[in-house]
Amino acid sequence: MRIPCPHCGERDHAEFVYRGDATVVRPDPDAPGAARAFHEFVHLRTNPAGLHKEHWYHEGGCRAWIVVERNTVTHEVMGAVTAEAFALSGGLSGRKANA
Amino acid sequence: MRYSAFSVLKNALSGHKGWKPVWREPEPKAEYDVIIVGGGGHGLSTAYYLAKEFGLTNVAVIEKGYLGSGNIGRNTTIIRSNYMLPGNERFYELSMKLWEGLEQDFNYNAMVSQRGVINLYHSDGQRDAYARRGNAMRLEGVDAELLDRKALEKLCPYLDFDNGRFPIQGGLLQKRGGTARHDAVAWGYARGADMRGVDIIQNCEVTGFVIEAGVVKGVETSKGTIRAKKVGVAAAGNTTRVMDKAGLRLPIESHVLQAFVTEGLKPIINTVITFGVGHFYISQSDKGGLVFGGDLDGYNSYAQRGNLAMVEHVCEAGMAMVPMIGRARVLRSWGGIMDMSMDGSPIIDKTPVDGLYLNCGWCYGGFKATPASGMCFAHLIARDAPHPVATELRLDRFETGRVIDETGRGAQPNLH
Amino acid sequence: MSNSRATSGTGQEFRLASGGLIDRSQSIGFSFDGKRHNGHQGDTLASALLANGVRLVGRSFKYHRPRGILTAGSEEPNALVELRDGARREPNSRATTTELHDGLKARSQNRFPSLAFDVMGINDVLSPFLAAGFYYKTFMWPAAFWEKLYEPVIRRAAGLGSLSGKPDPDSYEKATLHCDLLVIGAGPAGLMAALVAARSGARVVIADEDFLPGGRLNSERMEVGSLNASDWAAKISGELALMANVRLLTRTTVFGVYDGGSYAALERVGDHLAQPVQHQPRQRLWRIIARRSILCGGAIERPIAFGDNDRPGVMLAGAVRSYLNRHAVLSGKAVTVFTNNDDGWRTAGDILALGGKVEAVIDPRSAEDVSHLRAMVGDVPVFSRSRITGASGSKGISSVSVLNANGREIRLETDCLAVSGGWNPAVNLTCHMRGKPVWNDRIAAFVPGNDIPAGMRVAGAAAGTLSTHGALVQGSEMAAAACAELGFKVSKSLVPDAEDAPVSIQPLWHVAESKSRAWLDFQNDVTVKDVKLSHQEGFKSVEHLKRYTTLGMATDQGKTANVSAIAIMAEIAGQSIAQTGTTIYRPPYTPVAIAALAGRMTGRDFKPFRLPPSHDWAKEQGAVFVEAGMWLRAQWYPRKREKTWRQSVDREVLATRRSVGVCDVSTLGKIDIKGRDAGKFLDRVYSNVMSSLPVGKVRYGLMLREDGFVMDDGTVARLGENHFVITTTTANAGLVMQHVDFCKQVHWPQLDVHMVSVTDNFAQFSVAGPNSRAVLRKLVDAAHDISNEAFGYMACGRITVCGGVPARLFRISFSGELAYEIAVQAQYGDALIRALMEAGREFDITPYGVEALNVMRIEKGHLTGAELHGRTTAGDIGLGKMVSAKKDCIGKVMAQRPGLTAKDRPVLAGFRTTKPEDSLSAGAHFVRMGKEATTDNDEGYMTSVCFSPSLGQHIGLGFIVDGDTRHGEKVRAVDMVRGRDVEVEICSPHFVDPQGERLRV
Repeated sequence: MRIPCPHCGERDHAEFVYRGDATVVRPDPDAPGAARAFHEFVHLRTNPAGLHKEHWYHEGGCRAWIVVERNTVTHEVMGAVTAEAFALSGGLSGRKANA
Repeated sequence: MRYSAFSVLKNALSGHKGWKPVWREPEPKAEYDVIIVGGGGHGLSTAYYLAKEFGLTNVAVIEKGYLGSGNIGRNTTIIRSNYMLPGNERFYELSMKLWEGLEQDFNYNAMVSQRGVINLYHSDGQRDAYARRGNAMRLEGVDAELLDRKALEKLCPYLDFDNGRFPIQGGLLQKRGGTARHDAVAWGYARGADMRGVDIIQNCEVTGFVIEAGVVKGVETSKGTIRAKKVGVAAAGNTTRVMDKAGLRLPIESHVLQAFVTEGLKPIINTVITFGVGHFYISQSDKGGLVFGGDLDGYNSYAQRGNLAMVEHVCEAGMAMVPMIGRARVLRSWGGIMDMSMDGSPIIDKTPVDGLYLNCGWCYGGFKATPASGMCFAHLIARDAPHPVATELRLDRFETGRVIDETGRGAQPNLH
Repeated sequence: MSNSRATSGTGQEFRLASGGLIDRSQSIGFSFDGKRHNGHQGDTLASALLANGVRLVGRSFKYHRPRGILTAGSEEPNALVELRDGARREPNSRATTTELHDGLKARSQNRFPSLAFDVMGINDVLSPFLAAGFYYKTFMWPAAFWEKLYEPVIRRAAGLGSLSGKPDPDSYEKATLHCDLLVIGAGPAGLMAALVAARSGARVVIADEDFLPGGRLNSERMEVGSLNASDWAAKISGELALMANVRLLTRTTVFGVYDGGSYAALERVGDHLAQPVQHQPRQRLWRIIARRSILCGGAIERPIAFGDNDRPGVMLAGAVRSYLNRHAVLSGKAVTVFTNNDDGWRTAGDILALGGKVEAVIDPRSAEDVSHLRAMVGDVPVFSRSRITGASGSKGISSVSVLNANGREIRLETDCLAVSGGWNPAVNLTCHMRGKPVWNDRIAAFVPGNDIPAGMRVAGAAAGTLSTHGALVQGSEMAAAACAELGFKVSKSLVPDAEDAPVSIQPLWHVAESKSRAWLDFQNDVTVKDVKLSHQEGFKSVEHLKRYTTLGMATDQGKTANVSAIAIMAEIAGQSIAQTGTTIYRPPYTPVAIAALAGRMTGRDFKPFRLPPSHDWAKEQGAVFVEAGMWLRAQWYPRKREKTWRQSVDREVLATRRSVGVCDVSTLGKIDIKGRDAGKFLDRVYSNVMSSLPVGKVRYGLMLREDGFVMDDGTVARLGENHFVITTTTANAGLVMQHVDFCKQVHWPQLDVHMVSVTDNFAQFSVAGPNSRAVLRKLVDAAHDISNEAFGYMACGRITVCGGVPARLFRISFSGELAYEIAVQAQYGDALIRALMEAGREFDITPYGVEALNVMRIEKGHLTGAELHGRTTAGDIGLGKMVSAKKDCIGKVMAQRPGLTAKDRPVLAGFRTTKPEDSLSAGAHFVRMGKEATTDNDEGYMTSVCFSPSLGQHIGLGFIVDGDTRHGEKVRAVDMVRGRDVEVEICSPHFVDPQGERLRV
């Protein structure tokens, strides 16, 4: 599998560390229902068979956390952006993709 | 029909004309007492024990492919009960006890072979961690032996003890562990269930649940609606896909695990051995192939196939542990979908939907659990209460924090 | 005879006097089962054996049936031999792909005592009892007999060849290639595709499993353009080999397709030699990253099943042609051809053309259907509407039975039967990404479907285009299309003229009139009867068929067997072949040695060694080293007259506590963190407050995972207002770096904070003991005051040592003594340890290793991975108060879950023996005195133990229920796997200097 790192270009996935669903967002710890929200954030996953936005870490390269969109059935990689860019651009639109 | 030495002899002499189909191919009835979604090892064993132990025979197993087409048909066949945490150990030991009497119980030879399972250790710290695990097993009355290098050399002289990178100091042995012929397990349970009246409906996909006022009333399938008083889901890697139809979000990720078999070779590896410093385990099948595997590829996947990097990684670890296998050739590699839970341990529990039961989270250890999983799931469905050895395998343990985390990796499924 | 056979003397009585792609000037000696033979350069072991009239080469897996050579390629199910001697022994090697080399030694397999007389042949007589799946129905009584009796017997019969049991002496390597176009197979389609693409300027890799490019062109008597087919192949491959943008890989099998245009190929660099050339690998694994690929892997001929069709001498028609045209070997003195398609007739034609004898041609098609072929065979008898029902001659056929058009059975004397049941495109690689082939009635075979791997095209026989001209055209077209997609300008290529016969075939899978068993899977002994039985018993899905009968599970993965078996199953089940479908094609295409997949990362090179900066110095001191994760660390420093490791370790501990010791702690993870929000960031990452830490101070920090359990611990040093250095445990250095990067980049990208790992940039030494300050005073430049008043406990700062070398000094202690950690740039590490030792000489400074480090930290109650094993909470280790109530941090919310705060959780405590002669062991479980050792009575477990030279007894750390309130109570430490049961007293985990007075002097 080839991952297009936004900094380093296309690299073999073995250079990266996988983490998982990139659309779950760390909840506000002070909001009511935080315990439940954190449980959902830490444990519950949409786990789709299809398009999945997910975190990969380019440990063998630039050390960027990136958000890769990938099909979990075919392994086709649609694209990638840095996690920072994803978050700062309100990447929560991605929540839809995995929801 | 019952298999016996006599029936084998008789058929051999009469051109095998007397053998009957091992299972029927029934059309689904309009309604069942229990529907099991998933005709893999766990679904079939659940149906078998529902019929045999709990007297529920108006049962259907619904399978979208052919029976036994999931992970029961693509695993490395290892059985063991060498767990550290009580929540797991009691459950897996029940499984081991069921394995020990399985073939006589369901009158089918699944080639259960208690040839021993060894986990190697390479440092004092690893040795102590295995001692803790071995002692936990012994406290539960399960066999466990901590082997030093000398004892291990006697059992497995071909290991690279003085490996320049990670010398082998010894291992934790469970003698009662071993292997079983995976397909035969599915077939034995299917045959046993079918003989007791269970309908096994192959090539029938569940497309939805019938839920009325929070109570499950049946399933929608590619062969129409089938009603049921109770529905149990045992869909392994596809659990999320199935339970999504009931509106449930689960602490599960689907991952790919690859496994490998070599060309057939004369017997040379007589136990199951697991490397301690790289992910690698190996045994030799009764047919002669070296069966081995390693770590998950590590990313969410429903593809049932993996990538080359993990193939190489597994073989590197294999060569580091047993250098004599170098000239054995990999004949076939394959991948299965693992339902990785957030603490690496399974779930057998009720769901928020009344009458809908869940069996999942088997990670890459589902095969050895097949008998106990079926027994405990059948108990849960029949009695609406957990089996005594499965009380900790709860769905809400993630919310309460009573997790069963053998590896201590936390809520990161691909690290378990 | 126009082409008489070689004169006697060479022993190659089946070799033609001329022709073929062999070098008769070079005679090559080899042996099979100890008997010496000769062959030529250009031979395979199979062609050389046939040339010498050797027909019996192996035994089948289950029934031990005598077997000969069936094919001329990697699909061979029968002719498997053991090659080479000693540790280079290679079981299950296909004679059909083994290149002959001088002195080659081959042995037959799976027979005892000899190939000709194999006692296990009794299995064939017993075959009625050994039908498909028989073992599932029996061997169950009594239960205990499986492991004791049945399984050992079955296992002894298992397998074919055997491993040497010794480590492989050869080396292997891996390499990566990037290209625009990968062409898989160098037959007519592949050569043409590569040529077109190469001329367009694309970077082309073309790989073929054979040592000679050309594919079937080397096996056929035909012309391409105005050249002999094999000459054309040589010309084109020669041209390709000279082009700078082309890499032609022969002896290279592309065996797997992976994601993103990744392909795996195995190059057999040295397998055609007795031993690999020195400094060369035996085999090389290529990872090929290709933007596009064209599969030109050809097709595989299939047999027709009839009675005893597995006998030596029954061969595939195309293979007979290969041996004839390529190797100049006649496979028999009187060959009979049995074919259901036009292609099989070529075998008869070629044999006749080269002066051989053809006994008859048998074709199930009507006389009309074969009338256009008769001219090829002259006056050879042709039996149309006929079929073969049986073959006689167990170790080599002597005759076959023909059921003719009139329903009469005729016996024909023949020593070789060339069979063609049609050709199956080698679709395997198109299915590695779970694509499914589709049935094609025109050629009666599966062809690639529409769901082939992204970027792949298929040309030639692999695509079902079975004529040579068709292959050339399709290869050219596919290459042009692929290159155009990539933006290369493709000029029109002239495709040479070649044979372009249409496919004419009448499917015939098995001859129903056969009286004896008809084989489908030769190696695994699966017969037509077994397929019927499988269906009868309900194993109807192709996957059930495969798993129940073992069809297609042999070393050839059913390349010659599967399609016929599927067709027969379809026939029995009354459904179409398309409905029946195939099993899943999986990598590798042909088997690959584990050693090749592992490459060089084996043995000592399995993982790299990380060496701390003082490694060379420690080696000079005669230190004993230990593998600690990725690191190699000094374990202890033995001195003369010390007989046990304990003596050394005790001395190191006592010397450190009495005066001063030094230890390399560079392996701890170190992360440099800078930015205006660095303090705020650390507050969120650590459970305790860090932003309030004054500049020049260090604080112990506890890091939680988001699920509330402890992740790691370490120190946080503030070197400047916006500059921190944190340390992690050695084991978690990488994980914590990953974690803080995640926190910053994913959770809080808006914070002004940056971080980088500096683990490798600094050499860091712990200088511990009452005299540590005095030692350091001699090295630290005078400008820096390190007195207790100026540089108190938990101080840190930038200093210079040894006359201006920049360093960092931290007054922190893992040992519990007055101690410092001093860090310099890594390249000064070696110099610093020598300087420290020199400066400390007057104080009898003692280097200590990780064992003494461990003893001192246990004595002090400090924790390592043994305690922080991922299942412990801050509360479990007595640090619940370190989770600040004033602020949020990673893991804080989840740490409040009831399971993590439950009263029954075992918590940290110290343990000591109650009898001086007792020792302790980690991994023991705690049970109350007088209670039975059971899971229900299990109260906790020991994590770390040592002999404390300071206390003169064994002590330990561990977790036990209510451990903080039961000090003084005695419990059992039960260690059943080591056969021990010791009484211990629960105590404080701080054994030495619990008030921490020594730290502060």
